[in-house]
Amino acid sequence: MTAGTLHLVASVGGRGVLFRAGQVEAVIDVAEVVPTPRAVAGVCGLTALRSRVVTVIDTWRVLGLPAPSSHGGSAGRRRRAVITRMDGHLYAVPVDRLEDAATFVVAPLAPGIVTGECWAAVADGGAIRDGEPLIAIDLARLVARVR
Amino acid sequence: MDDILQEFVAETRETLDAISGEIVAWEADPADRARLDAIFRFVHTVKGSCGFLDLPRLARLSHAAEDMLAAVRAGDRPPDRALVNAVLAIVDRIGEIVEAIDAGVALDDSDEELLLAALTIPPSRSIAAGAAAAAPNAPARAPVRSIRLSVDLLDRMMNGVSEMVLARNELARRLRETGDETVATALDRLSLTIADLRDTVSRTRMQPVETLFSALPRVVRDTAATLGKQVALTIEGGEVELDREMIEMLRDPLVHIVRNALDHGIEPPAERRAAGKRETGRLAVSARQSGNRIIVEIADDGRGIDTDRLVAKLIALAPEREAELRASGEKARLDLIFEPGLSIRDSATATSGRGVGMDVVRNNVAQVRGRVTLANQPGQGLTIAIEVPLTLAILPAIVIETGGQRFALPRQAVNEIVALPARVVRVDRIGGALVATVRERQLPMVSLETVLGLPARDPAMLVILDVAGGAFALAIDDVVDSEELVIRPAAPAVMAAGIYAGQTLPDSGVPMLLLDVAGIAEAAGIYFPRADADEAPVAAPPADPPRLALLFDDIDGRRRAIALGAIDRIDAVSPGSVCEAGGRWWLRNGEEPVALVSAAALGAPRRAWSALRLHDESGAVACPILDAIDIVALPAEIVPPATPGVIAGVVMIAGEPVELLDPPVLLEQAVGTGRIGRTGRTGHSLPGGIQRPLCLLHGAEAGWMDVFLRPAIEAAGYRVVRRLDTGAAADVVLAMEDEDRAGIAAGRIVRLGRSPGDPLYRYDRAALIAALAGDAAAARA
Repeated sequence: MTAGTLHLVASVGGRGVLFRAGQVEAVIDVAEVVPTPRAVAGVCGLTALRSRVVTVIDTWRVLGLPAPSSHGGSAGRRRRAVITRMDGHLYAVPVDRLEDAATFVVAPLAPGIVTGECWAAVADGGAIRDGEPLIAIDLARLVARVR
Repeated sequence: MDDILQEFVAETRETLDAISGEIVAWEADPADRARLDAIFRFVHTVKGSCGFLDLPRLARLSHAAEDMLAAVRAGDRPPDRALVNAVLAIVDRIGEIVEAIDAGVALDDSDEELLLAALTIPPSRSIAAGAAAAAPNAPARAPVRSIRLSVDLLDRMMNGVSEMVLARNELARRLRETGDETVATALDRLSLTIADLRDTVSRTRMQPVETLFSALPRVVRDTAATLGKQVALTIEGGEVELDREMIEMLRDPLVHIVRNALDHGIEPPAERRAAGKRETGRLAVSARQSGNRIIVEIADDGRGIDTDRLVAKLIALAPEREAELRASGEKARLDLIFEPGLSIRDSATATSGRGVGMDVVRNNVAQVRGRVTLANQPGQGLTIAIEVPLTLAILPAIVIETGGQRFALPRQAVNEIVALPARVVRVDRIGGALVATVRERQLPMVSLETVLGLPARDPAMLVILDVAGGAFALAIDDVVDSEELVIRPAAPAVMAAGIYAGQTLPDSGVPMLLLDVAGIAEAAGIYFPRADADEAPVAAPPADPPRLALLFDDIDGRRRAIALGAIDRIDAVSPGSVCEAGGRWWLRNGEEPVALVSAAALGAPRRAWSALRLHDESGAVACPILDAIDIVALPAEIVPPATPGVIAGVVMIAGEPVELLDPPVLLEQAVGTGRIGRTGRTGHSLPGGIQRPLCLLHGAEAGWMDVFLRPAIEAAGYRVVRRLDTGAAADVVLAMEDEDRAGIAAGRIVRLGRSPGDPLYRYDRAALIAALAGDAAAARA
């Protein structure tokens, strides 16, 4: 087997997810999100990472999950997010919790597992951590889903 | 000027470095078209730049090389060794001169004639002089006064300064909490320094578009003078600051396009006058931001692009492409001007060369992910828009607040800000629309909150915004500030909203969106017809109402025009309804036959015609045509035809000569058909079936006679014609006494004298009537 690659372990909507570390530019706490009226539904708004403007993605919506109790907006609760870059733009992908960083070997999901359209569109495969199945998310495809 | 020269030197040096590989490759394989094009673009660019920078030596060299390379591209000259050597020698010399300019030293030009001579040697006599003449004697390079930095480095500098601003803000906030006065002074100093630094850093990256435009007045003036044309230049939007990189990329294309517009687009004064335009051509250059892009527009009111000629030209160059070219649509045809090596004009000029500029333009613009679009109105002008992506721009902006959120508006678009309620403003509902009446000007009103999908409240302020074609009032809560903002493009998912032009991070550290004024109007459903709303403010009002004419394709395929007043209506004609009878052509139209008249030879129609029913009180006369093209204003200048007749003259319409029909003469063809009578009482037959005798006006003075003598002749009982129908014979021919009677088969000629002493002086009306009356009686007897 190969040595595996470094991944960030997070949880979104109670599911364990993996982000490839190479795709993650930074991890921030998103506090204030400036809304972007009329923008596509998968966008929460804008926030700042130091001197750069970051587009905040509504992870839950993109993944077809119910909105968490409070995220983004003016609710004030800080939320962890991974930052990824695509076509020169920075995107924040908020999660419920960021748990760990570890090396994983991502393999295709076991045959017969149907994750649903939203997940299938962004999933890379899966891995097991302490018996818990995790789904690997390709951030580039996740961002591309926001259109 | 020094700046520009420095840039030219740096740029040429850089291109030379890049092109040396191409030159070597071309030398190895002179048939390599791509290399040839690259070298050609290089000399062309040098030529363009030095024309403007007043570097005659370079201009001469590059022009000569360009001519030769153009000949090679056109296939007129084989790229033999001698030619390659000569061109390389010139390229080398261009490099030497550029180094000399940079070093500020003189360079001996004694052997330049040799270089030029080597170029023009016919291919048969090969000679090595060209290569030998170019003994490199480059002077020591002067210390470089400018450096080129990677854009990435500048970006990091810029970001660093922005971070500093944010840190300063944080520090200031903490300080307010503690209230330490002594530290406050130090902080102020820090703030000033940071502000200064930020200004400097942003200037390393940014330049107002003005720097790009400032060269244009001179270019236009000089070019127009060389070409003997008059051009009024207007420039707009110069205050927008753009990425230096973009500015540099736009510089050459812009100059190329402006020169092309002057050379190929705007016509010489005489031609403009003939086409009914003002003698002074107009050239409008503007920069504006639209969504995620900066658009630089160059609009002229010249002759536009004649795509038919363009296609014909290309077919002549490459006959194998004929089928493809003929089948292409208008847009594809227009795009042909971007083909390398295409010559729009038949002869090259020192001004803009051969239209090659356009392929260079497209290349340059494509390098920065931009695009060039054309809006062509043949005869009316050409608008070329260069669109480049907005990577970064500093924009004077107004910060507004609505629904608790701040947005920026480009200050350029803001016409006026009114706080409500105000005496000068009233807001009404008209149907489903909101209308703000500001000083008697009615403007559509848009609530920003509604556009943003927020609950609408009573507006507190109105911002009057200008958009293309009109203006509208935007209702907002408050105006917060006015500042210069560094605008970057927003993510595609955000831009998809259609109402944003970019995003910015002001000193507050809270991201802010820049509103796209045109996008908001569109989102609110406001539409302004893009008529000539911006055409209005022109100094010289038109003198007379223009005389209108119908432009049409005649049945012989020629384009002609006829005064609109002469036409009653236009009917469709089916081929079956045209017939010949009695040596004339008729249109069967209901019960009454309509006589057909035409400047062309009449015959059975091969396809459907239209018929212009001509205005004549007493009869049904129509002029068949193939197609009505357009209604045009007739220019003041009408060139008389070589021989007077149904063609009253030739007018220039849309740059093309068009024959203008003379309605009375045209109607005259119907005389004798019974469809038409002159002066109401002179039908072709008198009551009682007596045929009226025919009087032919003959010779060069027939036109004069027609005007002055026709009433008198008709009064004497004649029908008057200027041309005999086939088979008809004139009873009397009226001619000047010195007129040749060749081709006249009439029995009697009445000669008119030019002076009072002559037997029948031409102004002696009574004598003429008497002379003709006797004849008429004789003819009838």
